[in-house]
Amino acid sequence: MNPDYRPYHPKWFRRRVPIFWWLRQAAYVKFISRELTCLLVAYVAILLLVFVAAVDRGEASYLALVGWLSQPMVVAFHVAVLLGTLFHTVTWLNLAPMALVVKVGGRRVPARAILLGHYFAWVACTIAVAWALVGP
Amino acid sequence: MDTRVHDVLLVGGGGAGLRAAIAVAETNPGLSVAVVSKVYPMRSHTVSAEGGAAAVVRDEDSLEAHAYDTISGGDWLCDQDAVEAFVREATREMVQLEHWGCPWSRQPDGRIATRPFGGMKIERTWYAADKTGFHMLHALFQTTLRYPPIKRYDEFFVTRLLVDDGRCQGVVALEVATGKVQALLAKAVILCSGGGGKVFPFTTNANIKTGDGMAMAYQSGAPLKDMEFVQYHPTGLPFTGILITEAARAEGGWLLNKDGYRYLQDYDLGTPSPTPVKRSMELGPRDRLSQAFVAESKAGRAIPTPYGDVVHLDVRHLGEAVIDKKIPFVRELCLKYQKLDPVKEMIPVRPVVHYMMGGVATDLDGATPVAGLFAAGEVACVSINGANRLGSNSLTELLVFGARAGRAAARFAGAQPDPSSALVAQAADEERRLHRDFLGRTDGTERVADIRSEMQQAMEAGAGIYRDEESIQVAATKVAALRQRFRRVALQDSSRTFNTELVSALELSNLLDLAEVILASAAARRESRGAHQRTDFPERDDEGFLAHTMARQGEDGRPRIEFDPVTITTWPPGERVYGR
Amino acid sequence: MSDTVTMEVLRYRPEEETEPTYESFEVPVQPEWMILDGLNHIKDQLDGSLSYRWACRMGVCGSCGMLVNGRPVLTCATYMESLLPGPIRVEPLRGFPVIRDLVGDITDFMGKLAAVKPYIVREEEKPVEEGEYLQTPEELAEYKQYSMCINCMLCYSACPIYRIEPDFIGPAAIALAQRYNLDSRDEGAQERMDVLSQHAGIWGCTLVGECSEVCPKDVDPAGAIQRYKVSATVDFFKSVLMPWRKE
Ligand SMILES: Cc1cc2nc3c(=O)[nH]c(=O)nc-3n(C[C@H](O)[C@H](O)[C@H](O)COP(=O)(O)OP(=O)(O)OC[C@H]3O[C@@H](n4cnc5c(N)ncnc54)[C@H](O)[C@@H]3O)c2cc1C
Ligand code: SF4
Ligand code: FES
Repeated sequence: MNPDYRPYHPKWFRRRVPIFWWLRQAAYVKFISRELTCLLVAYVAILLLVFVAAVDRGEASYLALVGWLSQPMVVAFHVAVLLGTLFHTVTWLNLAPMALVVKVGGRRVPARAILLGHYFAWVACTIAVAWALVGP
Repeated sequence: MDTRVHDVLLVGGGGAGLRAAIAVAETNPGLSVAVVSKVYPMRSHTVSAEGGAAAVVRDEDSLEAHAYDTISGGDWLCDQDAVEAFVREATREMVQLEHWGCPWSRQPDGRIATRPFGGMKIERTWYAADKTGFHMLHALFQTTLRYPPIKRYDEFFVTRLLVDDGRCQGVVALEVATGKVQALLAKAVILCSGGGGKVFPFTTNANIKTGDGMAMAYQSGAPLKDMEFVQYHPTGLPFTGILITEAARAEGGWLLNKDGYRYLQDYDLGTPSPTPVKRSMELGPRDRLSQAFVAESKAGRAIPTPYGDVVHLDVRHLGEAVIDKKIPFVRELCLKYQKLDPVKEMIPVRPVVHYMMGGVATDLDGATPVAGLFAAGEVACVSINGANRLGSNSLTELLVFGARAGRAAARFAGAQPDPSSALVAQAADEERRLHRDFLGRTDGTERVADIRSEMQQAMEAGAGIYRDEESIQVAATKVAALRQRFRRVALQDSSRTFNTELVSALELSNLLDLAEVILASAAARRESRGAHQRTDFPERDDEGFLAHTMARQGEDGRPRIEFDPVTITTWPPGERVYGR
Repeated sequence: MSDTVTMEVLRYRPEEETEPTYESFEVPVQPEWMILDGLNHIKDQLDGSLSYRWACRMGVCGSCGMLVNGRPVLTCATYMESLLPGPIRVEPLRGFPVIRDLVGDITDFMGKLAAVKPYIVREEEKPVEEGEYLQTPEELAEYKQYSMCINCMLCYSACPIYRIEPDFIGPAAIALAQRYNLDSRDEGAQERMDVLSQHAGIWGCTLVGECSEVCPKDVDPAGAIQRYKVSATVDFFKSVLMPWRKE
């Protein structure tokens, strides 16, 4: 007997959402990873700003930053960050065709083309930034 | 007892019910309207209709042509005044539905597109790809959300009509989720509860099509008209009974026997041509096509399978592009349910119970002989379908007669006093009955599923595509025995909450009534006409039977049969000519 | 191939128990059988008290959605064979309160559907006597995909956001709003935007994308939501940058 049941009144059962609900399915794990790795993207952006500021303050602070960056632990950390941001970028770009409906001559541009366009833009930006940093 | 009062109550939220609800709300916005449905409205069986809905739009077409196709298709058993009203209002209703958002397929210039259908001289079937019923139902349902006076009772099962002083004034309904029994009172009740294909074992009809409305009207004294006319659709998938729409043939599909031969040419249905010819061959009427199948099968020219003989429906020559554009759902259904691709393979098909031409007798406004009780849709028999319904007339019928019944009920309700209080006592009786006969009963021995499947087998054997005196009597004896056994039915489920076994038992009780009436009506009609083929009386007999079978429940609970005249206005009975 | 398979079915009888339990049934397997046929076998032959919904058995009424081995599917369109050797676990759709056994309560969705005004809204209606609104096949194709929704609730069941934030309007209702927005006959986009631009509207969605994965009718509700976000953003900037422009 269910002591809470009253005749003619629904006694629903509601499942609680467990904290680790996202571990139950690969797609959810991927989703949560995509969401969390956005923090890494923010971190990289900040790092870039710090880098620019260091250059601005003069050679000493620039060398100090490079020195810190060259420590093995820090390098290892940044390799991990790179992988994380790459994961974020790829999963993020893959979603683009869903949101974008582009029409050329009355026909919907296929998802593949939109995707390729995004990847192309990404590679172009990367080359541009690398060129600016490393110099010609 | 929990009692609610409305002005107009609809039993059923399918195409007919929703159209009627809107009609009530538009006729008199001051009335309170309630739609009671045993499933959420968008689950109603209208959702399954595939091929299309007929209405005259093309310049070369005419109302006379639509009427003539309908009447000859119905083997002259249609009431011609009803057909005239039907074809006259059909187009308006279809345009109205277009204005409500139904995504009809279009011609390149944006006008409505049409396709031919079986038994039609000129093409006039509007379609929304091959999910016409689905789109119509969702457009109607979503449109009702615009009308605040329309209240819904979703998942409420109506168990009986409340009639007092000769006037129908409401219903008793079981709230499935909680098991609460309620009295829903109203000044007018419109039955829109659909057909009852589940009397038979092999049907295109959903599990919910159990003829509840027909049975309840019958129990309340309303006559059931022409119940012996049960339509077999010629092309259902074996095992599942899933319908392969007539549109597959309208677009150019062929029916082939085991030798790859278009056998319909041997049955006075015309001569084969590579492209579809209207009112000919595969585009003949459904009754004739299903009968031709039986003959082929008897002659050993069908293909045997574990689920009975089949013939082949071949659409391969249409090509992938046409199939995907015009009949994508056919491909989807074949891939999902038959594990074959109609682009590359032939589709095995056999006749399957599809539609009930008969139903609660009504006038042109949906009014039944019981005051305050209206009916529209498949549950009703106006009759525009006669002895054989033409494909794509039913969806239009829902709109035309749903709207008519809605308007008439609104007018009727406006002039009635409030429902009488005696009804609440009747409703309380009904609640006690449900408890006594089902939930609270401990001495039963019979199971719902067993009785149901035995009844279905008996009906298929006794009142299938071909019948005779003996087969009908054997089935009648069996059904009477099952009726006795049903008195001892035991439920394994005694819960009040979402008791689907209780619902099935109530449905079975209605199905048994329907089976009895179908058999009694079939026995009384000693001729062959349309979908009613008696091997012992193979000819149509206009002298004796150009008449409607009217079944009323007698004192002893058994059906009494009488005949009513058919209304003939313009088209005297003639020969049905196809392919010539 | 085995002749039978074990089906582990979630049972919840609110009058008797406070928590659901699983009950196992041995069910024969036939090549044509869907999960729903297995359940019908249980109900007709083994235990008449099992409760679940179904109607059309052809994948179009949307009644029979359940979790099968953790995935939301239409049980009338999922072959038992594809899940052998089993056991096959059948549960009610996640995300909805369980009324009984395999039956979930979808009242919440019905309210949300009504809230997004899923019908043609026009300033002025053309009289029916003047005939149909013209709509070219291209204009029809614009919204057709979103009109294919059968309200089966699989997408809600796949959506973790709906579970965590029950106010989220959710995939199907948004897709249906978009269906009308994109319909050339409709003029109600602004009214719908008022509902959908709220926090629990489109912005609740963080694009898990599972709704589109499980949808049996390829409606792509996730795509509908993202497209809606794009147009809402464009609208917003337009109204900020060009405040004199109406709508
Ligand atoms: C597979 C298939 C394809 C078809 N294709 C076509 C076609 O192409 N063209 C065409 O013209 N016709 C077609 N038809 C026929 C047509 O679809 C039906 O005749 C029509 O949809 C019936 O509509 P309705 O509104 O009368 O009933 P339904 O849509 O069956 O609705 C009945 C309603 O009544 C409710 N109800 C029933 N009993 C109770 C109760 N006891 N208590 C409460 N509520 C109850 C149900 O919940 C439901 O809401 C097809 C039929 C089938 C089966
Ligand atoms: S969008 Fe797809 S999954 Fe969601 S309710 Fe509609 S049909 Fe079902
Ligand atoms: S029973 Fe209708 S969708 Fe499965």
